[in-house]
Amino acid sequence: MKALRWSLGVVGDLLVTAGLVLLLFVAWQLWWTDVTANRVQDQTIARLDREFSRPAPASANEKPKAVPFGEAFAILRIPRLGADYARPVLEGTSLDILDEGVGHYKDTALPGVVGNFAVAGHRTTYGRPFHDIDKLQPGDKVVVETKTTYFVYVVRSHKIVLPTAVEVIAPVPDKPGAKPTERWMTMTACHPKYSAAQRYIVFAQLEKSYPRAKGLPAGTLAVPKGA
Amino acid sequence: MLYAAIWRALPGPLVVRALIALVLVAAVVAVLFLWVFPHVAPYMPFNDNTVDTSGAARAAGAAAGGAR
Repeated sequence: MKALRWSLGVVGDLLVTAGLVLLLFVAWQLWWTDVTANRVQDQTIARLDREFSRPAPASANEKPKAVPFGEAFAILRIPRLGADYARPVLEGTSLDILDEGVGHYKDTALPGVVGNFAVAGHRTTYGRPFHDIDKLQPGDKVVVETKTTYFVYVVRSHKIVLPTAVEVIAPVPDKPGAKPTERWMTMTACHPKYSAAQRYIVFAQLEKSYPRAKGLPAGTLAVPKGA
Repeated sequence: MLYAAIWRALPGPLVVRALIALVLVAAVVAVLFLWVFPHVAPYMPFNDNTVDTSGAARAAGAAAGGAR
């Protein structure tokens, strides 16, 4: 009888422990990953800012080269999400890359190039770069800053799709196989928040690009009015 | 039972025991936060935000082991 009571007590303790560990996991996922990822991403932004500001070598006007996997190569600025919103864009969309910023789908176009510059970002964890992606409205500006150029994209539309809808990152969005003539950008994030049942997709189109040395026209990064 | 046994096994007066217990808890939390959780997270279904053809199985909750 004593042995039974003792083992029941141990089982109870283990169950309580399991519950606490699960609560801790939720705290870690929803809070701690933001703390660490924001720190890493801010450092990356600061490093890219320094690198971009350094005078370019003589061969800077070459065609854009493929970026090594996992390397940060651009800064994403979305005024709708805050005047100081800046997130690093890294090459690749594996989970460890997405924890460090916004991931560029391998084999999709580079920024400003004819085709589709497609990126993915976390919605609720790891600094949640695309937490408020559903606030983007047609006409909002999305600025992609590289070492040489500011590419200003304008949001055209959004849609909610299944995770298998790879056609949204096709060179011509939603028309796989079609030959691209325009410069698109696609952003993907989980939907709904705290789930991964669907994907929230935003399409933007290149409006204009400016040499980085000249800077952006005043007001480009101003937060747009309206909800 | 388990925790009562650990508590009894701790040496010293009440204050010292409480301090040791606190350090032990902190150590466990640190191991979970810095090592266990980062290794478990890729197997969780809610961190996926990409579109791909292999995503279907994970969205359906079929294969939890398919971390990319």
